[in-house]
Amino acid sequence: MSHAEDSIIVCRCEDVTLGEIRKAIREGAVTLDEVKRITRAGMGPCQGRTCRLLVAGEIARFCGKHVSGILQSKYRPPVKPVKMGDLAALELTPLSEPGHGQQSGASPECTCGKAVNGR
Amino acid sequence: MKTRADAVVIGGGVVGAAIAYNLAKLGLKDTVVCEKHTFASGSTGRCGAGVREQWGAEGNIRMCKAAIDIFETLQEELEYDYDIEFVQKGYLMLAYTEKEWEQFKANLKVQHRLGVNAVALTPEEAREIVPSLNIEGLYGATYNPRDGHANPFHTTRAYLKAFERLGGEVYCFTEVTGIEQSNGKIQKVRTTRGDISTPVVVNAAGPWAAPVAAMVGIDLPVYTERHQILVTEPVGRLFDPMLMSFSRGFYSQQTPHGSIIMGIGDPDEPKGYDIGHSWQFLKRMCDIMCSVVPALMGVRVVRQWSGLYTISPDAHPILGTVSGIDGYYQAVGFSGHGFMLAPIVGKVIAEMILDRPLSIDISGLDLGRFERGDLRVEPSVV
Repeated sequence: MSHAEDSIIVCRCEDVTLGEIRKAIREGAVTLDEVKRITRAGMGPCQGRTCRLLVAGEIARFCGKHVSGILQSKYRPPVKPVKMGDLAALELTPLSEPGHGQQSGASPECTCGKAVNGR
Repeated sequence: MKTRADAVVIGGGVVGAAIAYNLAKLGLKDTVVCEKHTFASGSTGRCGAGVREQWGAEGNIRMCKAAIDIFETLQEELEYDYDIEFVQKGYLMLAYTEKEWEQFKANLKVQHRLGVNAVALTPEEAREIVPSLNIEGLYGATYNPRDGHANPFHTTRAYLKAFERLGGEVYCFTEVTGIEQSNGKIQKVRTTRGDISTPVVVNAAGPWAAPVAAMVGIDLPVYTERHQILVTEPVGRLFDPMLMSFSRGFYSQQTPHGSIIMGIGDPDEPKGYDIGHSWQFLKRMCDIMCSVVPALMGVRVVRQWSGLYTISPDAHPILGTVSGIDGYYQAVGFSGHGFMLAPIVGKVIAEMILDRPLSIDISGLDLGRFERGDLRVEPSVV
């Protein structure tokens, strides 16, 4: 592996290089979770939207497997980073409230008139 | 994979890793760790990773004091080539009710007697330590600069790597499916990848401690409970110490990386193995923390997850041998503070297995205490 390749940034959120990822894999990491726990690749705000497949590809190459056989990490909420102040200010009606959550047709609103998805 | 070993440690979390390392360090050859997923994938990697001496019960204070002694030189001891990120910026314990404040002052008396240098602070003094703190509604705070936090993934991995250098073997994705005994002696551990003959088995299975104990016929009095947690984007330094309150149920720390981790207990959480996440948690967590540190309002949540506490009847771990089963040891039921206890528990369980003098007295923490009715009491658990 060349030094030029070593310095390629694979995870842009956490500034993790290909060299760091390959080191973790050489040291025994065979799943995305393990690489993530060692290097932080995929722990940033985008949650691995860019680096996930690249890291999986590196593990697959090292292990001589197809990329589909590499154990993936879970996707966790929120989908996009959300300000704590916005979350604190939300006034949400629990879906478990009696009668709430029953959608009428294709309407995004519940029959009780409250938005179901909080959009 | 080995077919025989001197000891099999079940669980690749920080507790199992610390036990395995200490066994190898004390000279036990052929020790193996069986982990059903990968290192730190159960409770360890999901935890807040705080380490504190500020407890109310004498046993917890003694154990955590000894654990911090080890944490302070752990990076060097384990010769780890990454950073376990152990930082000692203290815990600031916040009292929002008179009752909580009285409890903190009572805790301080016990802590001082045992040599812990925690101090009582007025709300204004607390704000000097954390300028971003909103002191509205605050009765007072206690602060111990020796408390801190570390990176749970790297701490666990550091132990396992050192263990491997000493000749130990770690089998990830290897689930223990049974334990054989005869005439009251441990004989064999069955796994999804084959059997391992061994005279010693250590149950360090975290949330799965009860099913593992059941394999040798022990009915462990523990239950599991989900605790939710979130992490923010990295931001400039907002606070140095871990912030914690029992009456409001939260803890929060800013990691060296700049991201802020926070969790909150839910008194209505049902028992079980659910590790899903809820928007109710997000909302409640953000509500409370934005009032504690208003600058958090502009900080974004990046991810939320949850993990399991494994809770014993007195919120203290269950450690050591069980009468009638020779070769079975356990380090289970940590009730949400396994990470901070792991270094000392790892050491003392290894000493016990190898019949060495024990670094710390844990005789009152055996399983038998529940039959004897000799329960510990700890008033300060989130």
